[in-house]
Amino acid sequence: MKKFINNVDDFLKESLNGFGKAHSDIIKVNFEPNFISRKTKTKEGKVSLISGGGSGHEPMHGGFVGHGMLDAACPGFVFSAPTPDQMQAAAEHVDSGAGVLFIVKNYSGDIMNFQMGAEMYSGKNDSIITNDDVAVEDSTFTTGRRGVAATVLVEKIVGSLAENGGSLEECKKLGEKVNKNSGTMGVAFTSCTVPAAGKPTFDIGNDEMEFGVGIHGEPGRKREKIQPSKTIVNNMLEAILDDLKPQKNEKTLLFVNGMGGTPLTELYLIFDDACEILKSKGIEITRSLVGNYCTSLEMQGASITFLKCDEEILKNWDAPVHTAAMRWGM
Amino acid sequence: MITETKGYMSVNFLISQAKNIQIVIDENAAEIEALDQNIGDGDHIFNVQRGLKLVVELENDIKNLPLQKGLNMIAMKVLSGIGGSSGALFGTFFMSMAKTPDLDKNIDFNKACEMVITGINAMKERGKADVGEKTMMDVLIPVSEKLNELKNCNTDMNEGLSEIIKIAEDRMLATKDMLATKGRASFLGERAKGHIDPGARSSQLIIDTICKSLINK
Repeated sequence: MKKFINNVDDFLKESLNGFGKAHSDIIKVNFEPNFISRKTKTKEGKVSLISGGGSGHEPMHGGFVGHGMLDAACPGFVFSAPTPDQMQAAAEHVDSGAGVLFIVKNYSGDIMNFQMGAEMYSGKNDSIITNDDVAVEDSTFTTGRRGVAATVLVEKIVGSLAENGGSLEECKKLGEKVNKNSGTMGVAFTSCTVPAAGKPTFDIGNDEMEFGVGIHGEPGRKREKIQPSKTIVNNMLEAILDDLKPQKNEKTLLFVNGMGGTPLTELYLIFDDACEILKSKGIEITRSLVGNYCTSLEMQGASITFLKCDEEILKNWDAPVHTAAMRWGM
Repeated sequence: MITETKGYMSVNFLISQAKNIQIVIDENAAEIEALDQNIGDGDHIFNVQRGLKLVVELENDIKNLPLQKGLNMIAMKVLSGIGGSSGALFGTFFMSMAKTPDLDKNIDFNKACEMVITGINAMKERGKADVGEKTMMDVLIPVSEKLNELKNCNTDMNEGLSEIIKIAEDRMLATKDMLATKGRASFLGERAKGHIDPGARSSQLIIDTICKSLINK
């Protein structure tokens, strides 16, 4: 394992320390229990948004704390859901009386810990669960689809509504709409190495890719030989479009997300392929996001998220945001 | 009723079991990690090891506490120190055990069974998982059912414990051919078949260690 590490046990703490120091104008890192909050207090009447999950997906979620997005984020150990006391402490810290909306990715550990945190928190609260990963069949026989990169879009769009006075109920409704109208498909070329494990999560041949990989390196739909980008992107988009069935003139947001080990150069190449393929299907891209937002440590790979947009979604997407990882309009 | 034995489920009993379990889990860590990497993401073993370490380290803080307080402290430590599914589930287990009535009285074998059954039921509720879903509940639920049977009949205790060891092992092995419908392995569909569930394996090792330490005690 080659990583910048002093001591495996201090990995998370030291990384959080650095994050706090680097972005002290926007956020504050609180320890024991660990949570990242905005530097400023939540204004009265504003619904607070709290997300969280295992670490190793940076900048998600700590990088999205700030004006127009989250009020707090609860980082767990690498790839392990955070604990209920973190959510309770974060909620107590940020709630200004308008209530707390927890944004949770659909993984068993996250669901259980957030549920317990919500039960322990005495204030008004509700939750939305993201499950945008079309690689996984959604049926009553499984935990359901995984919550992956579209969580970033949910946090941005609902964050804007909350900033502009949306009620807890309205925020939840919008979040569910964004989640329902988005689909994500991921592909990995290499594995990632969890620091505590010290070795790659899975073995994969030099000429192979995992199609439909999860954000923790969980296996996906199938193992295949790598192909030209156009073919891979086409297969990814097909899986997403099959699921979302967009109309021809529908407004859309295309989000190409890096898993941590793929350079931006390649992510833009993916974006170009996607534009051409979508254009040939009569679908125009109205908004775009390209970069490393929902990562899996140093994994080489990328995911594509497609979001069908209405006016409400577009308006809230365009609204100003100022966080460590996302900033525009202010 | 099974032979009454003093001192079941005292705080010291829990700590000494945690120490035993720690040794066994460490011995089998590589195997559990490999199982998890096959069908999950590899965090389970670290969570279990971290949890055991935290409980063992609590010894000085809780050794003189009454059982209910000790259990609650273990529950909070596990809940806040582990994370992942394991933290929520085992935290729920201890928290619910602490809610069993009459913990200030002598805990006989039947009472200890009742506590464990209460704890496992709460885990089942929290995880919304039943048998046949390729999780640790595939081991824990049948064990809980057997404990319920044992506390109502006159089985010899050693025999009862041996049966539990056997049930845990059989049920752990049975997860190999199951399709996962809960947890991260559920995202794999057919590809999860052929691998024992890591949570089922770690739970079986825990039960095996406790039961063996009680046989012929």
